[in-house]
Amino acid sequence: MTDISDLKSRDEWVSEGRKARLGKRHRAERRFKILGLGAILIALSMLATLLVSIGSKGYSAFVQTRFELTVTLDEAVIHPNGDSSVPAVRGASYGTLIRKALRAEFPDVKARRELRSLFGIVSKGASRQLRTMVMENPAVIGETISVWLVASDDMDMFNKGYIPRNVVEADRRIKDNEIKWFDQLAAKGATQKVFNWGFFSSGDSREPEIAGIWGAIVGSFYTILITFAIAFPIGVMSAIYLEEFAPKNRLTDIIEVNINNLAAVPSIVFGLLGVGLFLNVAHFPRSASVVGGLTLALMTLPIIIISARTAIRAVPDSIRNAALGLGASRQQTAFHHVLPLSMPGILTGTIIGLSQALGETAPLLMIGMVAFIVDIPGNVTDPATVLPVQIFLWADSPERAFVEKTSGAILVLLAFLVFMNALAVLLRRKFERRW
Amino acid sequence: MQMIAEITNQEMLENNVVISAEEVSVFYSDKQALNSVSLDIPENQITSLIGPSGCGKSTFLRCLNRMNDTVEGCRVEGLITLEGQDIYAPSVDEVLLRAKVGMVFQKPNPFPKSIYENVAYGPRIHGLARNKDELDDIVLTSLEKAGLLNEVRDRLNSTGTSLSGGQQQRLCIARALAVQPDIILMDEPCSALDPIATAKVEELIEELRINYTIIIVTHSMQQAARISQKTAFFHLGEIVEVGDTEQLFTSPSDSRTQGYITGRFG
Amino acid sequence: MSFTPLIILLLAICTAGYWFGSKKALTIVPERGQARIGRPHQFGVFVVIWGTIPPVFLLILWSIFSLMSGDGENAIFDQIDQVIFPVLLILSTVLGCYAAITKIKSGLRTRKTLEFVVYSLLILASTVSVFTTIGIVFSLLFETLHFFEKVPVFDFLLGLHWSPQTALREDQVGSSGAFGAIPLFAGTMLITLIAMVVAVPLGLFSAIYMTEYASKTFRAIVKPILEILAGIPTVVYGFFAALTVGVFFRDVGSTIGLDVVSESALAAGVVMGMMIIPFISSLSDDVITAVPQSLRDGSYALGATKSETVMKVILPAALPGIVGAVLLAVSRAIGETMIVVMAAGFSANLTANPLEAVTTVTVQIVGLLVGDQEFDSAKTLAAFALALVLFLITLGLNVIALIVVRKYREKYD
Repeated sequence: MTDISDLKSRDEWVSEGRKARLGKRHRAERRFKILGLGAILIALSMLATLLVSIGSKGYSAFVQTRFELTVTLDEAVIHPNGDSSVPAVRGASYGTLIRKALRAEFPDVKARRELRSLFGIVSKGASRQLRTMVMENPAVIGETISVWLVASDDMDMFNKGYIPRNVVEADRRIKDNEIKWFDQLAAKGATQKVFNWGFFSSGDSREPEIAGIWGAIVGSFYTILITFAIAFPIGVMSAIYLEEFAPKNRLTDIIEVNINNLAAVPSIVFGLLGVGLFLNVAHFPRSASVVGGLTLALMTLPIIIISARTAIRAVPDSIRNAALGLGASRQQTAFHHVLPLSMPGILTGTIIGLSQALGETAPLLMIGMVAFIVDIPGNVTDPATVLPVQIFLWADSPERAFVEKTSGAILVLLAFLVFMNALAVLLRRKFERRW
Repeated sequence: MQMIAEITNQEMLENNVVISAEEVSVFYSDKQALNSVSLDIPENQITSLIGPSGCGKSTFLRCLNRMNDTVEGCRVEGLITLEGQDIYAPSVDEVLLRAKVGMVFQKPNPFPKSIYENVAYGPRIHGLARNKDELDDIVLTSLEKAGLLNEVRDRLNSTGTSLSGGQQQRLCIARALAVQPDIILMDEPCSALDPIATAKVEELIEELRINYTIIIVTHSMQQAARISQKTAFFHLGEIVEVGDTEQLFTSPSDSRTQGYITGRFG
Repeated sequence: MSFTPLIILLLAICTAGYWFGSKKALTIVPERGQARIGRPHQFGVFVVIWGTIPPVFLLILWSIFSLMSGDGENAIFDQIDQVIFPVLLILSTVLGCYAAITKIKSGLRTRKTLEFVVYSLLILASTVSVFTTIGIVFSLLFETLHFFEKVPVFDFLLGLHWSPQTALREDQVGSSGAFGAIPLFAGTMLITLIAMVVAVPLGLFSAIYMTEYASKTFRAIVKPILEILAGIPTVVYGFFAALTVGVFFRDVGSTIGLDVVSESALAAGVVMGMMIIPFISSLSDDVITAVPQSLRDGSYALGATKSETVMKVILPAALPGIVGAVLLAVSRAIGETMIVVMAAGFSANLTANPLEAVTTVTVQIVGLLVGDQEFDSAKTLAAFALALVLFLITLGLNVIALIVVRKYREKYD
């Protein structure tokens, strides 16, 4: 802002000593300001790196590669020994049909080893896909139809460009002949990338190309539901008691100090409490979302209490005096006036607490929600996993394709969190009251 | 009293104008706090700004050393010159301006440091002392000028906040003096003090007049009458009347001034 | 009789009680000189309360009894559990409701009863958090004492060697495993230190810029964005640390000729620091804002620049609060689990070299407890001992931090 040369006009203002130091002081000031701005920029760029790194890895999880094959739905295979009952159709070997179709597509492939890798370009889940199709529409049995089947994870990775073509064959995950087959299919337009519905609608799987997050989402939903059902009423009741009724005594002090300290206890310790209390003493089923929900409820409770107390404290005494002056009891005052007025603040705090619980992993590892669970949980006592734990499990898997799935699942989790926090912000904006 | 007034009248004619404000308006965001105020401040005199609370006198004071710069959304229009130089000109450095125009606040605000460090802070940042001895010298002289030295000589290292209210305020004055200003702005410096401490600070202000130009905002008309030579009466963001203190209090020309000094509002 | 229909039946009885209660309240004729008798729904709730207390009381008694008697395998027990007990529950509910309805008459003050029950519930709710703490302490302490029966306390706290893998056969060498926790403590400290080196300067300078320099619009936009860092789940940070940052440091290391393992303490620490930045910045933000404006004014009026004011007046005044914030952040870094589990690994090296892999207390707790576990083995119990240490350290840090911050608040309030 100031230039040294401008100093002339104020020569009479200042002594020589001050003037000499002035440039130095202003340079220090600028340096300091840049330091502050730099710190913010570094933090922001860290955030950007994280989001870009995960986004760029994860967006491709939402599409999947499919191959078009001409499959003959041979009645001899689908109705083994002429049995056309439903269990027989369900138990038929659809893999055989797919293998036949692949052989017909690539008649030159003869060697056993080569055949095995040829059969591997289609996902292991493709036979289930074919079965579902046949079961839904039995009329197609005996006909020859063209179907789009899910490609194997390696083919999918190759199609998405994660496996480079121009690398020595030995260093490449897929071999030259597989690339040749892929190119043949691509040349006749028999490859496509479609939106990966399965990622959102199916449970976990050992095969990355058919693994989905629906099971984890349902598990997360049940867990958070339990957390909310336990922590919200208890938290609000605690807050009302401490703000509106608690006498100033030793017990109240202990409760207050205790809540503040509980908020800082590492989450993993709550996991061990969950093991001790809910599994070893109360004998709840391991891996169930009810146990996860209870554990997270104990963890979220202090957060809800603290934010609810702040919201209740913000209601001015004039409201309480007005109600008391009309002859309302203290409880009527609290429940008819103070609580409704502080509810937006309480809900905001609760949503923030729940979003923290939604992202929590460590305590749920402790209570055994890390099991490999394919089925979608049907109620709160079924073994389940949650979205963050699913992310942890996939992050641990060696297959290249799981990196994409992990990032995709993270994007979904972040989307949920953004939604919840946006809700909290909206709630605050809409009902914020300045007394 | 009569004699002093005569002397001040003479002085007023002889004295130069140090600060001159022309048509100064101040806005906080959209709210106008000061409306086209013009005032000349004579050198080596005490000028007091009086008026009911919220009338803009403190706002005006804070314009004179650009303390309003630190308030977000504050805009100053008009011209304020210090020794002929526009203090809001882009070439003016507010740091140097504030070194020349010191300020004492309503509530004593010593830093949570020792008495010595409180006074030494200004000289340090401005590089006024070449070595420890010079710094000691400045600190002791400033405390001396503020009439505090005898009370704190043995405990220069205890914290500034441990002093009594009146002592804290004189410490803040000493702190301002240590930067060697020519002008001292005082924003209701006695409003947080008891009568005895107030008397001491007032005595100090009168002594300081010999070397410094002082502008004081005050709530107390008695104080203005006791210590100042020139008085400006602010009302609703404007100057209603300005003039020689004696004259303003004995025969005000504006009915609002009359109303305020007789206690009908304020 | 299974649980769900029983609950529904009991609820139905209570609803009926509520309805009869409210109905009867309407028929009351107020006594002479008595203006109001109370609101009908109060009488309904009054009945419901009397209908709920007996069965809940019975249920609690019965649960305690079944827990005490262990796994009741005998037929009589089952008989009671399946038939007699539910009938008892239903009977008690009906009787409770009936007794309450007969009591409804003019002059009955239902509000007092109601408020007493509500008040008791409120007190009960606020003790849940106290019982949580007690639960934590007991569940950890109990198993830890078991552990110290197998492994001496000093071997655990001062031992330099950690390898909890117990051998499969009794006669194998080192079948007891080694439980010296010093490498874990050292690893935790190393990663925490790296996290603090990243987070404290970045967080503090961000806070200073936000409070002292930034315009309102800048603050309104950038502050929530920075807070996003605090809202990202730790498992995401763990993935980022393991897959991106760890590999990046390893590659950078190999280009400049340094041997950096991909599970280096550095990667985990830096990412953890990244997570803690908003924690430090928002706490320091509060603390710096709490420094009275009069001190700033005092400094500016002497002709100090902003940076001089910050460094020489504001920071010294805010120091206790900032120290408190850093202590809280340290406590959080020590307890953080997922980042280290995913990025730091399980090998217990005793080293101060941030380019090597270390392990932490939390990582070992996860490693010892996840997967198949035998109860009462030293391996499983060690996890509880580690967790107790973790709990005590974070609790201590937190208590100190809260005291420091409170002292600071009192100074300026």
